[in-house]
Amino acid sequence: MSDWRYRFSEHKGTLLAVAIFVLMFTIYLVYHPAITSNGFTAKAVTNVVNTAANKGVLLALVAVAQTMVVITSGIDLSVGMIFILCNCLASAIVVGSAWQTALGIAGVLATGLLCGAINGLVVIFGRLQPIVTTIATGAIYFGIALALRPNPDVAADFNGDIGDAMMGKLPLGIPVSIVALLVIVVVIWIPFRRSAIGRTAYAVGSSEVAAFMSGLRIRRAKFVAYTLSGLLSGMGGLYLTFTTASGEASLANGNTYTLYSIAAVVLGGVSLFGGSGSAIGAIFGALAFRAIGDLLFDFNIEPLWQSLFQGIVLLVSVCIGAAQLVRVRNRLDLFG
Amino acid sequence: MVAVPLFQMEGVSKSYGGVRALEKAGLIVEAGRVHAVLGENGAGKSTLIKVMAGVVEPDEGKMLFEGRTVTFASPAAANRAGIACIFQELSLIPHLSVADNISIADPPMRLGMIDHKRQRAIAEEALARAGAEDIHPLAPVKDLPLSRRQMVEIAKALARRPRILILDEATSALTAADVSKVFEVLKRLRSEGLALLYISHRMHEIAELADECTVFRNGRNVATYRAGTKTDAEVVEMMIGREYSHVFPPKPTSVADAKVPVIEVRNLAWTDRLKNISLTARPGEVVGLGGLDGQGQRELLLAMFGVLKGVTGEVLIDGKRVNITSPRMAKGPKIGMALIPEDRKTEGLMLPMTVGENLSFAALDLFSRGGVIDRTAERAAIDRMMQLLSVRAASTAIPVGALSGGNQQKVVIAKWLMVEPRIILLNDPTRGIDVGTKQEMYQLLRRLADSGAAIIFYSTDYDELIGCCDRVVVLYDGAIKRVLVGAEITERALVASALNIATEEGAGLLPVANA
Repeated sequence: MSDWRYRFSEHKGTLLAVAIFVLMFTIYLVYHPAITSNGFTAKAVTNVVNTAANKGVLLALVAVAQTMVVITSGIDLSVGMIFILCNCLASAIVVGSAWQTALGIAGVLATGLLCGAINGLVVIFGRLQPIVTTIATGAIYFGIALALRPNPDVAADFNGDIGDAMMGKLPLGIPVSIVALLVIVVVIWIPFRRSAIGRTAYAVGSSEVAAFMSGLRIRRAKFVAYTLSGLLSGMGGLYLTFTTASGEASLANGNTYTLYSIAAVVLGGVSLFGGSGSAIGAIFGALAFRAIGDLLFDFNIEPLWQSLFQGIVLLVSVCIGAAQLVRVRNRLDLFG
Repeated sequence: MVAVPLFQMEGVSKSYGGVRALEKAGLIVEAGRVHAVLGENGAGKSTLIKVMAGVVEPDEGKMLFEGRTVTFASPAAANRAGIACIFQELSLIPHLSVADNISIADPPMRLGMIDHKRQRAIAEEALARAGAEDIHPLAPVKDLPLSRRQMVEIAKALARRPRILILDEATSALTAADVSKVFEVLKRLRSEGLALLYISHRMHEIAELADECTVFRNGRNVATYRAGTKTDAEVVEMMIGREYSHVFPPKPTSVADAKVPVIEVRNLAWTDRLKNISLTARPGEVVGLGGLDGQGQRELLLAMFGVLKGVTGEVLIDGKRVNITSPRMAKGPKIGMALIPEDRKTEGLMLPMTVGENLSFAALDLFSRGGVIDRTAERAAIDRMMQLLSVRAASTAIPVGALSGGNQQKVVIAKWLMVEPRIILLNDPTRGIDVGTKQEMYQLLRRLADSGAAIIFYSTDYDELIGCCDRVVVLYDGAIKRVLVGAEITERALVASALNIATEEGAGLLPVANA
């Protein structure tokens, strides 16, 4: 077989996620009332795209955070809570002058990083299962968020300018949020994916025993994966603060983001068994999942149906991903 | 001055929970030599290697590398010192590509990131050195067959440019063609000054390759001698410490031709892996499947057991046509088939569960009443099997993963004997198992056949086919090449037909037609 066939089969999951996203988002745009009523002007389209991007990037960041851990064959149920904690913290400390704001942002990101690092350390040295560990730490992080913001609130001198800038548009109507996401992918994901640590994270997810026998630094890779996951959730929380200009310790929101991040990861072709998939896939999975949820708005259907509809579309798309199993000629391959 | 050996071990001991695996063992490894280590399973070979490779830490004793005392805290530390090990349990990462795997421990870096171009070049060079240029560097390891994976494993070890290369049963999964390629490579490495430590159950491989041999028994090195100075019988004597006679039980003189075949396969085909296969097995018969590894033998057994989809052709049980669609149906009372799988760790056993639980999995239906397991009946059945196969386990309540390889394999077989199958399919059941256990298995096979079972037995070991089988069906490229009956089953005939070479010996024989 030639190279490109191997490359194609490696990125099949990601490509499928891109295809689902393109399909869903096109339908969303074509039937969007703000566009149809304005007769498909560029302005109308870029406005709709920008709003969708600002919403989608939130879930995309949390989904990338989830990907980091899922690759090592773990699962992180605290991503949504780190996201909420960082939102509450940002609403309190991203304040004042440019310097103070920068310091505040650094503080928020450091908090996300620390939360992830704690998850990693407990999983590695406590030898606990990731699912149990992150349920517990997630509850702790949410508890801190609740202590910070018992009621939805924001600091009086909250720096809203940066938020407006992050939610705006660049020339040609390109959303700033998408550019920011691209920068994060280039600065965090690609170096991780191509580093020895990233390779080890994949190896751990694929076969921890084989990784150990190959003399790989398993603990370091897991630690980095969990820590980066925390950082990315923290970025999501920060971004949420930019969009809402408020901090709210909402348990429902935290849980929703955690569960949706898993849905996005699966939709993005990342294997929950670990060892395969990509954050790019997870990003498109997240954007597609958001587009699916928003489709109802186009067709003027009651929001009550959103969850039901999203669930059905998720199931159908995962089934498409599993469709290749129908062609399996050796039933043992079903369990691989 | 006496030359310092490259590597030396003295008085090394290691216990696992009160069981002594190594007891004051010693070993001297010289550069530019192939040193074979022999011994039954449980003799301490595996532990010795694990100590050398930094996988386990010894309780006492010391190791010297070029005269300097060394300790290895991890496999990585042993690697850095120049010891690379090819384990019996593969160390490859399934989802990563061949090239990723070869450079896994120390990938080439550029600007802090893995340099894929150079990594690919390294992989291509290492595969070429191992004589496996046919493997694509971008192929995911999980998609490769076992023998190809083993070649990748060897390439991976070579890419580290080790000073000592340890091969633990490294050829057990290889095809004959691969083995000869690997031997070429190993001989070249020896001439380049590498020290090779070679562990194998295959005597003829050791005879071909080794310069020195050390025999281990009960955790100690009992003898070291120059290769070729002892006969096979003497070596086996040292290994097992008991008389070595009649490995194979006698075959019945007349095969029961009159009986209706309990299983008959007609024109079986599946994708491009199985082509027009027809064979029969009568009660009391042991039918062997021969040929090079990976010629469709495994697929044939899986097809009969209802694992494969899209199989064409007919399967007749007791002369009646049936369509077997799942292992559950195959093991059912109407058919009564059992398959002893190739990979006992994934397909045969639930390693963390107890010996008792593992034994009763296949037969749960037999002692369940209305879905509730009758514990007393289960207990009795388990005890009967433990005795029948003389499984050596401290208790039936310990995890099956804690048993030695040979005893694990006995559990897999016992589990299937519990359903009292009439047709027993075996997929290379003696791979990586000690001589004593093998001998017990041969006897068991014959006993089962004598009590009326039909046995279809795939083995990569020609001796076993010669010693155990009434008939041997040789496969080549998914099709039957030849059928050998009784006295025709000789090593020469097996090898020739496996390689698809015509010989004078085979000229007078009827090929394929009525298997």
